[in-house]
Amino acid sequence: MSAMADVIVVGGGPAGVAAAVELRRRGVPGVVLLDREAELGGATRHCRHSPFGMREFGRIYLGAAYGRRLTAEAARAGVEVRTGHSVVRLDGDGRLTVASPRGVEQLAARRVLIATGARETPRAARLLSGDRPVGVLTTGTLQAYVAFHRLMPFRRPVIVGSELVSLSALLTCLTHGARPVAMLEPAAHALAGAPFCWFPTLAGVPFHRGAQILDIRGRARVEEIAFRRADGGEERLACDGVLLTGRFTPEAALLRESPLGVDAGSAGPAIDQDGRTADPFLFASGNVLRAVETGGWAFREGRAVGRALAEDLSRGGAAGEPVRVDVEAPVKLVVPGLLRRQGHAAPAFRDFQLRVTARVRGRLSLEIDGREAWAAERVFMPERRILVPIPPGAFAAESVRFRFREQP
Amino acid sequence: MLRTQLPSPAGMFDVAVIGAGVVGCAVARRFALDGARVAVIEKGSDLLSGASKANSAILHTGFDAPPDSLELELIKAGRAEYLALRDGLNLPLVETGALVCAWNDGEAGKLEAIAAQGRENGIAGLRLMSGGAARQTMPGLSDRLVAALEVTGEHIIDPWSAPLAYLTQAVALGAAFLREAELIEGHFDGEWRLATSAGEVRAASVVNAAGLYGDIVDQRLGFAPTFAIRPRKGQFVVLDKAAFRHVPRIVLPVPTEITKGVVVCPTAFGNVLIGPTAEEQEDRVRATVETATLEALLARGAEIVPALAGMPVTAVYAGLRPASDRKEYRIVARPEQRAITLGGIRSTGLSAALGLAQHAARLHAGFGLTPLLPVAAPEVALPNLTETRERDWQRPDHGEIVCHCEMVTRREIEAALASRVPPGDIGGLRRRTRAGMGRCQGFYCQARLAAMTRDRLSTPLAVEEETA
Repeated sequence: MSAMADVIVVGGGPAGVAAAVELRRRGVPGVVLLDREAELGGATRHCRHSPFGMREFGRIYLGAAYGRRLTAEAARAGVEVRTGHSVVRLDGDGRLTVASPRGVEQLAARRVLIATGARETPRAARLLSGDRPVGVLTTGTLQAYVAFHRLMPFRRPVIVGSELVSLSALLTCLTHGARPVAMLEPAAHALAGAPFCWFPTLAGVPFHRGAQILDIRGRARVEEIAFRRADGGEERLACDGVLLTGRFTPEAALLRESPLGVDAGSAGPAIDQDGRTADPFLFASGNVLRAVETGGWAFREGRAVGRALAEDLSRGGAAGEPVRVDVEAPVKLVVPGLLRRQGHAAPAFRDFQLRVTARVRGRLSLEIDGREAWAAERVFMPERRILVPIPPGAFAAESVRFRFREQP
Repeated sequence: MLRTQLPSPAGMFDVAVIGAGVVGCAVARRFALDGARVAVIEKGSDLLSGASKANSAILHTGFDAPPDSLELELIKAGRAEYLALRDGLNLPLVETGALVCAWNDGEAGKLEAIAAQGRENGIAGLRLMSGGAARQTMPGLSDRLVAALEVTGEHIIDPWSAPLAYLTQAVALGAAFLREAELIEGHFDGEWRLATSAGEVRAASVVNAAGLYGDIVDQRLGFAPTFAIRPRKGQFVVLDKAAFRHVPRIVLPVPTEITKGVVVCPTAFGNVLIGPTAEEQEDRVRATVETATLEALLARGAEIVPALAGMPVTAVYAGLRPASDRKEYRIVARPEQRAITLGGIRSTGLSAALGLAQHAARLHAGFGLTPLLPVAAPEVALPNLTETRERDWQRPDHGEIVCHCEMVTRREIEAALASRVPPGDIGGLRRRTRAGMGRCQGFYCQARLAAMTRDRLSTPLAVEEETA
């Protein structure tokens, strides 16, 4: 079986739905939205406490309610939604191999948009030492336990991390009868800003900054962990779980297994200012680009790329060869990481989004064809976005580079 | 909690097999096919709870086994039987071949002797190659490669489905699989009375296939010690499926006296494995992974195949090999007490298991008991978990895909839970279906698995229902 659509959107979270709806609004007739789960919403479905929708819908939805609003928006816009559909391979030239309860089929479209989101880094990929008992899991997993099955995987976990999601993890524990014994952050500073980072202390949960997990012990289930404090002392904590929070990574396996690959810095696809990858028929938007931003951010990004994609379809003609945006350490990633000559329309991305690998003080500058076009001197924090307006001249440049000079 | 009932009244068996590792499973199958009433006594909550759950999944030829050794003979016999029965049991064979890689002139100088020994061991398909020629068969290898010995017969199998198939055949023939049944002590007074933590088992003969506890089980059976287990830990890293295309073959190092060394190889499931380490330890239980060691394995993998640098890690694990105080297998037959010990099967157990089972049956035939009457092999076909053949998700009506990383369907999970030898813990479910084995390690599916396996596992995933 095969079918030809104008655009196939892969992933029914905020970015994918926003893009699909925008494409329909701009008159693109055949827009198919695929999601492997039974419901739309993506990661927002897991988050029963986090408010979504204020910016895009003017009111607040919690968890699955936001997904239902997305479903309604997609239906109203005339998007053909197929849930329970897993894309297993990108076959190039707009073709996809898709699995569903009916079996395997190939779908084809003039353009494909990847919006597969992000997930947290699990224990194995963090290379953590110790036994491998039951009870070591991520926030997303915990939230699926409580949101979808009304189950709890532990009662007294240690929480690792201090991003915004870590505080959401803490809140999920506290509201579902679990009493975290401590929060550990490997970095010297909480990654979430004030006032959020005061929350563990307010909740009476000891918060250790600069703490390294050394060992996880437990034969069947987690029994205790050992960690090194910032002062070098080692401590053991009895617990029945380890909740690994944050360290989001793009869910970009489809791209990694395709000839296109992923960007070494972002671990997601490199895109240009319209969300177009090096393959001019393949677009991407949302958290698959650089891991986690809020649902609202992903929604706006999806809508912007949807608009650019509609223009790309109506304009026709080939996209030119992209120019790479170079970065140097400690800059971890830049989105967009490619630039192409811009047509008449405004780009989907007006800003470069950058992240740094660690807390650094220094001078970050943007050079276009060897001339400085922007600079800022300050402290830059990891896991916080840095926005740099894309100068109009950048689109026609031959060399675009971010430089960093550390300062004491 | 899942515990098999003892057959009543007070079960009497022809053969009690202690340990449901790969060797115990193969032995149980052999005796069941020979017509014996078999009991398998397992301390853990599932088969493969000890050494057999963590290995490199290579079906060896025996090219580097000690010449004229029993180990060599049993590897060859076990491998031959695996190749003969695998179609019937629907077990995979990924015909990769191996390259023993020399990364300097010193190592290259040893390849000729390794090849000569391999030929003496009766192994065909050995070829000395220049580094360049070897890289033509596997372009991902580093250009620092000096020379290589190709061993075409070394292959990859599914290390978990094979023993499960053996045990399932035994159970289909009426064998009792007793879980969470630790042997406490045994007495022989014309028949064996085995006290276990799950009740008494009586048997005419006993086979000790207790792996890491082989020496302890011998003591508990009342035998004077003949060997001592020296657990040897091996840590492994499993890389994402994106790595698979770079590693089409098994990459072996030139071995040292102590270890076969760190291997880089594909898995039957489409990943890439780097490991094992070889770390002596006293502890028979804890098999910990360690950050620095895992990082070193990743670095070693990237030295051998540069494209592996920066590849995402899907899983890490560690296992203990039941090495003993000597290098060879420690096999003892005690005809007067009708007991066989299959000990010290340190690192070739997966390849030799079926050969060890044949050997045990031969030893048993010398015990002077009434000859057994062989029965027809029951039809058992394991679900295919490898990507080289059709998976369940590719067929319609699978319900839904529960584990997206490994594409595991609801139908597969339900079938595993309803099978003759259902999983006793989450590791057992993962080994039977691959659910949760993928790159997200359960981010998406674990909660669902917790709901699907309620009251089915010895250590449940969920501690209780939420109380808020």
